[in-house]
Amino acid sequence: MLLKTDHLTRRLDEEAIPVTLVSDANVEIKEGEYVAITGPSGSGKSSLLYLLGLLDRPTSGKIFFDGRDISDLSPNDLAELRLEQMGFVFQFHFLLPEFTALENVMIPMRKLGKLSDKEIREQALSRLIELGLEEHAHKLPSQLSGGQRQRVAVARALANNPRLILADEPTGNLDTHSSQVVQDMLAHLVKVHGCSVVVVTHDPEFAKRCDRIITIVDGKIV
Amino acid sequence: MRLLIFIALKHLLARKRQSLVSLTGIVLGVAFFLAISSIMQGSENDFIRRLIDNSPHITISDEFRDPRVQPLEKLYGDESAVAISGVKPVTETRGIRGYQKTLSYLNTLPDVQASPVLTGQGIISFAGQETGVTFNGMIPEEIDHVSTIRQYVVEGSLERLFSNADGVLIGVGLARQLSLSLNDTISVSAQGGRVRTFKIVGLFKTGRGSYDNRQAFITLKRAQALFNRPNRINSILIKLDDPNNALIRAREIEKVVKYKSESWQEMSEDLMSTLAIRNKIMYTVVSAVLVVAALGIYNVISTVVMEKHRDIAILKSMGFPSRDIRIIFLVQGVLLGIAGNLAGIPLGMAFMKGLAQIKFRPPGAGEQISMPTSWDLQQFAIAIAFAMLASIMASFLPARKASHVQPVDILRGGL
Repeated sequence: MLLKTDHLTRRLDEEAIPVTLVSDANVEIKEGEYVAITGPSGSGKSSLLYLLGLLDRPTSGKIFFDGRDISDLSPNDLAELRLEQMGFVFQFHFLLPEFTALENVMIPMRKLGKLSDKEIREQALSRLIELGLEEHAHKLPSQLSGGQRQRVAVARALANNPRLILADEPTGNLDTHSSQVVQDMLAHLVKVHGCSVVVVTHDPEFAKRCDRIITIVDGKIV
Repeated sequence: MRLLIFIALKHLLARKRQSLVSLTGIVLGVAFFLAISSIMQGSENDFIRRLIDNSPHITISDEFRDPRVQPLEKLYGDESAVAISGVKPVTETRGIRGYQKTLSYLNTLPDVQASPVLTGQGIISFAGQETGVTFNGMIPEEIDHVSTIRQYVVEGSLERLFSNADGVLIGVGLARQLSLSLNDTISVSAQGGRVRTFKIVGLFKTGRGSYDNRQAFITLKRAQALFNRPNRINSILIKLDDPNNALIRAREIEKVVKYKSESWQEMSEDLMSTLAIRNKIMYTVVSAVLVVAALGIYNVISTVVMEKHRDIAILKSMGFPSRDIRIIFLVQGVLLGIAGNLAGIPLGMAFMKGLAQIKFRPPGAGEQISMPTSWDLQQFAIAIAFAMLASIMASFLPARKASHVQPVDILRGGL
């Protein structure tokens, strides 16, 4: 079991009226599993994803990664865990605008610092080639199309060979064709790289391609 | 760390115009800091140099710092209830007693050049006019050791005093006042009624009115005769190899010779404290320039932080800890500080060069002088340190704010 949650709840108490984003969620993600989270807008899909991705801290409940309870880790330890084990793809590409596609992919690798500069460059380039972006490696995000940017974002998520990829509506902003390409790519990651992929989507066609669908309504898994 | 610097640099380069404006602030701040402190320091050095050059470093005079201890007090000590009233000092011929012995002691000190002087008041009578003048009786061969009067001689020469025992050097002010010129003969009457005639062998012009109008140099022998004080002197002038030691050396010398020995610092204490205050004012003003420059840096970095909320969220979600985010923005301040120094120091040096070219005529002075500038390394060090400090402080707050950005808040907002 790669990721497991135990009665995970996230409330926003600081608001005037407390809002429960995720309530009592028990989720299990197996190694190499392709899972979709679906549900109506505002149901708490993304909130659940942020909790699974350790970007947000639960109000109560526990999260286990690789069998280890990580609920009480310090922000720095969580950051390290994210850096080594997870990759994110968001609805908007969220590339760093000052850096070329290649540099964007290299940044997490350089942060991890396990490889030499030369190896980092080669690996980042091979990721881009794998995603069909060879000729765009030295372009800035502003010079790329929406689909291309999203593919660079996927390449970046893959940078450190993570075991878990979390995607928040990765196709939400793309045309049908680009959406297909990104969907294919995510399926490819599961098959070839053996990573677990959790994808938030409200596209039923997309969800159907996954191994399993988690539906969430009003913060509760149904 | 290299990665963080790389990111910081990209952030700055992406905002070339803004970065350049805030950089200009620092550059000008550093340059002005250097230029102003250079003039201030330069003029202070110039002032002190003149002060040191034109006056003896230590003056031993025929007085005592403390009143003489009465035999009764010596006998009973401090704790006794002895009261003496109406003490009247013994009448004695003034002057430094046994000055030969004092001089031979002073001459054993390696860094000291000493020369005896007898000063006294005399009245010059010429063409029906009379003027009171201070006569400095000195050993002509030793004048150069303790005085810079030679460089102010404008007519005649100091050497003529060596060969002419009846020679006198007077100031141009006095000469004009009494319509005297070189080689004229004057008659001087001293207190006590003695009258001697002197021949003017030289005229000097120091630029200081009181000096040029009221001082005259004659030989020690003639002074002793004029004032009827054979073998007496009333002060010893001392020049030191290093004038900065004067304060300590004066104390040491006074301990041995007992007579009051004043260093140049002590004699011009008021001026020295004025200079110290002036320095404080100067550093306050130039620091203000850098504070303004720091505001520019604060502005650009906090703008970057505002615009970069999304990027900060991305970096954090990727696995950059808060510390890294803080460093990225602090580094931007440091980079601006370094760049500001790199450009500001040459510019400041150019300012200093330019200022040194300016020549002006002080009111009342005859000749042009150039602006004194100081190239002391200390000023450069202060300017660099101050600019760096200002840059780091200015980036500190925005950097802290950046490190507190929560990625979820940004991602949820879908910015």
